[in-house]
Amino acid sequence: MSNRQTVDARNTFCPGPLMELIAALRASSLGDEVEVLSSDKGSIDDIPAWTRKVGHTLVSSDDRGDHFAFVIRKAK
Amino acid sequence: MRTKILILGGGLAGTIVANGLVRRLASESRSGDVTITVLGNTPKHMYQPGLLYVPFGRAREQELFRDERTVLDRRISLIIDAATRIDVADNRVHAQSGRSFDYDYLVIATGSRLAPELVPGLAESAHQFYDLPGAKKLRDALAEFKGGRIVLNVNAPHKCPVAPVEMSLMLDEFLRERGLGGKFEITYTYPIGRLHALEPLANWMVPEFERRGIKSQNFFNTQAVDGAAKTITSEEGDTLSYDLLITIPPHRGAQVIEDSGLGKMGWVPTNPKTLLCDGTKNVFVVGDTTNIPISKAGSTAHFEADTVVDNLAMLVQEGRWSRDYDGKVFCFIETGMNSGTHMWFNYATPPQPSPPTQMVHWFKLAYNRMYWLSACGLL
Repeated sequence: MSNRQTVDARNTFCPGPLMELIAALRASSLGDEVEVLSSDKGSIDDIPAWTRKVGHTLVSSDDRGDHFAFVIRKAK
Repeated sequence: MRTKILILGGGLAGTIVANGLVRRLASESRSGDVTITVLGNTPKHMYQPGLLYVPFGRAREQELFRDERTVLDRRISLIIDAATRIDVADNRVHAQSGRSFDYDYLVIATGSRLAPELVPGLAESAHQFYDLPGAKKLRDALAEFKGGRIVLNVNAPHKCPVAPVEMSLMLDEFLRERGLGGKFEITYTYPIGRLHALEPLANWMVPEFERRGIKSQNFFNTQAVDGAAKTITSEEGDTLSYDLLITIPPHRGAQVIEDSGLGKMGWVPTNPKTLLCDGTKNVFVVGDTTNIPISKAGSTAHFEADTVVDNLAMLVQEGRWSRDYDGKVFCFIETGMNSGTHMWFNYATPPQPSPPTQMVHWFKLAYNRMYWLSACGLL
């Protein structure tokens, strides 16, 4: 059964949110989902682009006003 | 009632705060109403940006160091005793010797440290220039370098955000001046999808790198280095071969921060305007130690330190706040061995590097010597 964990990377400095996501995915199993919260505007481009490059799945991205939330499913 | 100000760390930020405060609070310091103490873990003060010049033989070791005692105003107490635990609830800092120090105001300026051990093989196989032994070892390696593939690998977070850019451009020119043009190839790797976290700087770098033939690999989060095979591999699955590997290792904050439970990876959650440690009213955080999402640069530490001096002096003298930190950062950027540019930015204004000139390069060289006036609180 797949799991979902949330990584709160708000207020971390660039490229903190991406690095937090990478660390969380490294510790996850295939099919698990990681929700990463980021207040860094650079994440809007970086996290979806990185997810595509590596071959994971971007399940959702959400602008919540003062931060963004991305859900990534581990696919490889 | 006597007010005790304790400053943790005798680097750039801690030293500027201490020297600035003792001048601003001169009469209170003279009367004994205020005491200012720096608690450091080394008697030497190093000018860290000077390390950039060591691999190219352009800096002498003795230029980089002074005794901290001679940099600090004589009215400031300097105690060399590494802090082992900060107890903000009890207003007390414990040190390695077993002594403890109470305070009314604490300034945490414990800086950052290199953490190559976070990447398997990195410490054993890669050169770096972020400390003196590493910079000297790289100088020897460059002296013997006859050509081949150089990988300049940037990990994050790291201090001095423009140093990898400077190293790339200076290295390219240095090797060409040695007659190695056409015999070497530099590949610069960066963890995110552009060449630098500061987007305007990343945009500026693209044509500069293209003009010089410096290659780049974005989205390169280092997974491991194989020193025997001379390869470096990323989390993204890319592998690069190298003949000479130069890394900017990932950094962490000071161990005492982690040991005190004050912040993940040693970065203290800090209000970006007041520079107060979250949840406190008498603990300031300056320099690399903060978790503020801006550059961990010497100038950041300097401008933050000036803000803390203004506020702490005003709190002691009049019990009120002076001003907020606006996020100001200023960076010189060497763009080769004989040219440089500069940029400044703050929370509201993005950086915009200017066209490189020889004049800015000379000004940076001059600042390398004027730094000691900054540390003394005079510039």
